[in-house]
Amino acid sequence: MSRPDSALPPAASQPSAPSSGRVVLSSADVSRALRRMAHEVLEHNKGADDLVVLGIPTRGVELAERLVAAIAQVEGVDVPVGALDVTMYRDDLRRQPVRTAHATTIPSGGIDDKIVVLVDDVLYSGRTVRAALDALGDLGRPRAVRLVVLVDRGHRELPVRADHVGKNLPTAKAERVRVRLQDHDGIEEVRIVAGPTEGQAR
Amino acid sequence: MTHANPTRDGQAYVVRGADLVGGGRADLLLRDGVIVEVGSLSAPKDVTVLDADGLVALPGLVDLHTHLREPGREDAETIETGSAAAAAGGFTAVLAMANTDPVTDTAEAAERVLDLGQKVGLVDVQPVGAVTKALAGEQLAELGLMARSRAGVRVFSDDGKCVHDARLMRRALEYVKAFGGVVSQHAQEPRLADGQACCHEGELSGRLGLPGWPGVAEEVIVARDVMLARHTGSRVHIAHVSTAGSVEVLRWAKSQGIAVTAEVTPHHLLLTTDLLGGYDPVFKVNPPLRPQEDVEALRAALADGTIDAVATDHAPHARHDKEHAFAEAAFGMLGLEQALAVVTTVMVESGLMTWDEVAAAMSHRPAQIASLTGHGRRLAAGEPANLVLLDPSAEGAVDRDRSLSLSRNNPWHGRVLKGAVHATFLRGRATYLDGGVTR
Amino acid sequence: MRHLLSAADLARDEALQILQTAEQMHQVQDREVKKLPALRGRTIVNLFFEDSTRTRSSFEIAGKWLSADVINVSAKGSSVSKGESLRDTVMTVAAMGVDGLVIRHHASGAPQQVAQWVDAMVVNAGDGTHEHPTQALLDAYTIRRRIGDLDGRHVAIVGDLTHSRVVRSNLILLRTLGAHVTLVAPPTLMPSGVGAWAKEDGFDTSYDLDEVLPQVDVAMMLRVQKERMSGGYFPTPREYTVGYGLTRERLKVLPEHAVICHPGPMNRGLEITADAADEARSLILDQVSAGVAVRMSVLYHLLASSEGAEK
Repeated sequence: MSRPDSALPPAASQPSAPSSGRVVLSSADVSRALRRMAHEVLEHNKGADDLVVLGIPTRGVELAERLVAAIAQVEGVDVPVGALDVTMYRDDLRRQPVRTAHATTIPSGGIDDKIVVLVDDVLYSGRTVRAALDALGDLGRPRAVRLVVLVDRGHRELPVRADHVGKNLPTAKAERVRVRLQDHDGIEEVRIVAGPTEGQAR
Repeated sequence: MTHANPTRDGQAYVVRGADLVGGGRADLLLRDGVIVEVGSLSAPKDVTVLDADGLVALPGLVDLHTHLREPGREDAETIETGSAAAAAGGFTAVLAMANTDPVTDTAEAAERVLDLGQKVGLVDVQPVGAVTKALAGEQLAELGLMARSRAGVRVFSDDGKCVHDARLMRRALEYVKAFGGVVSQHAQEPRLADGQACCHEGELSGRLGLPGWPGVAEEVIVARDVMLARHTGSRVHIAHVSTAGSVEVLRWAKSQGIAVTAEVTPHHLLLTTDLLGGYDPVFKVNPPLRPQEDVEALRAALADGTIDAVATDHAPHARHDKEHAFAEAAFGMLGLEQALAVVTTVMVESGLMTWDEVAAAMSHRPAQIASLTGHGRRLAAGEPANLVLLDPSAEGAVDRDRSLSLSRNNPWHGRVLKGAVHATFLRGRATYLDGGVTR
Repeated sequence: MRHLLSAADLARDEALQILQTAEQMHQVQDREVKKLPALRGRTIVNLFFEDSTRTRSSFEIAGKWLSADVINVSAKGSSVSKGESLRDTVMTVAAMGVDGLVIRHHASGAPQQVAQWVDAMVVNAGDGTHEHPTQALLDAYTIRRRIGDLDGRHVAIVGDLTHSRVVRSNLILLRTLGAHVTLVAPPTLMPSGVGAWAKEDGFDTSYDLDEVLPQVDVAMMLRVQKERMSGGYFPTPREYTVGYGLTRERLKVLPEHAVICHPGPMNRGLEITADAADEARSLILDQVSAGVAVRMSVLYHLLASSEGAEK
């Protein structure tokens, strides 16, 4: 158990120059994307009935809360929101230094027969989503699962596809996508940074 | 070094240029079991010349306290392998403790040990007789018959166990006066060192959660026994003294003219209880390794003669008796092969002792205590040719796998010690030479 | 950290991580599917040289809920008498391709020795009168859930400290987590050399429970075995209770906010009155239920990552 913050994406733990790389989404872009996806989710679901939104820690949780807030603005309904930690379900546990588990919080109504909307910041290899589907399976049986991501950067390693994407960002494998959110990081932007993708196989 | 055939029987040697017990260089002619001549010698024909330049010659060492395990535990040590280890360590006589299986508590058992030792012939193996039958601490063994036997037993000990019954100890001390015997006491009050006790009781044992026994468990017996010796007018010998408190008692007793002698082991002169931090049973020994203050006191007491002798308490154990949880492993560690190097490193290098004093503590006095008249003599013409040649400047890490003992519970493994035995002569015959024993 | 042999193996951040992960593991107990795949394909052997149904089943469930294959091996009875050494026994088990060894032994230090012999990860599940680090972790976990951060808190550990494996682990871990510790016992039941130890490590000792009790946030009562009387450690149970028991009268002196814990098994009426054990301020039942969660967290942290487990 060497790296205390290894569960966080490197962005949080590496104090490398905040201005490196290039900004691909500004704070306003992130908010707009969330609003649009809130509309899309509602449209696709024909309303907010049976929706349960679960964010994948760490930044997916803040995005989930903001998505739910956006849904509330549009629809006037408070959709149950929670968090789904996938640490224990990752297929790369052995290859990585030990990660500390994060909280899983399932809204009181549970997920059985619900439409679960998973929210994450970056969709990359698809392995996190696979882990999330396994984790969900142990918690109950949703009627359907949808996936919302802020950024889809490509390079999928598993047959996984997002239902709603904030922005498709073609990237090179050698690049990193660094998402920062207001509550989590005190600053909000998405950058593409040159560098190794260590810990980013998402 | 040149020598034609060191193993041939009846071989004569000229030891050339050895420093005689630190008193200056001289040559020694060894022939027919005795030191024929000392001085500046020319080598006669047919004599093997041993270049001893830079080596110190000491009288053959005498160990008051050796466990040879035979009979009973020949998987840990035999009289043959133990004798080899003794020869390699510079010893010409060892006292074989009685706690074998069967116990050396009869004349026959003592003679058997003597005979086995003579058959091997690498070192004089002198049996120690048990004080009580089967070491049970209840009834005296046949002390007189052992004394009258061919083995001529003079040292009696229940070592491994304390003769804790004061009445029995009193009787034993009185009884052995008839034949000039001595009781070597393993001083350990059993009620203060009960059950699972396996180490020195102190801060470290508290931290490690190991049940220990305090120094006072030894000291109360030392105090009791010197008073019994005074009362009976007998000789008592305290085996493996391990605490500063025991030293204080001994110093007082000697000042009163009480006939008490004492020995200290090489390990209690150097190793401390701190070594138990890793729970390695190699460092489990009885009496236990003590804190540094005790070690310092023991060194001072050996240097000033309060402690008379260094004795190894060489205690071989088979692997499967040591590789247990610490509290369940056997007590004891090897000592014969490294004893002289430890004394060289700790006492001589530091200036605490001269070679003369080493000869006294490792040869003259132990031979006196054990009444071994053929050992512990001076290196002079006409004396038995029992001697050891030591290279005092040789320095090296101890490798337990090079031991001649059958066992590997060597606490010195990996430790750098100064002083290496170069050759050992028993009555003129090289028992150890060129890194090997010669039978 | 490759093994968990002593509470001293845990740096503060590591201890906090384990406690944090334990919180998540605790939730699993309320789920219908009580299973996480984190240790799938790993083999854990519970090698118990001493009976302890509670600790063994706790480790067994912990391993199973993490999807590890768990095998219980009872090596009870002195191996000395069987002619087989501890090393023989352990190497035989380890040769089966074990990833983790959970070891309980009646002799202090056995897990430390074993860790030097095997490649597998070793968890000390209680050794002699030495340590029981997972018990200390679950004590800390339970206390933190009730009263929060341990920084600056005052914990009294009371009872048979000489013969307790819990006291050493708790002392070390509580201090790692920033608590102040006072050991309370009659002089005969204090660990040997505790004076020098306390001075070096910075904790207090006292023979007077009534003086200490009003100042504590946590009263940790340790089991006192009646057999100790034969060793002359104390004269009678009655006298022990009057001097060092958490009696009804002493409950009144205990600060309102303070909590009571006991790592069990309890001697009700000796070191703790029946009332105290069942008080709202008592964490004793919480301690039991936290056992599995904490052990899951420990096994996860030690075994999930090969990287963390590299030699």
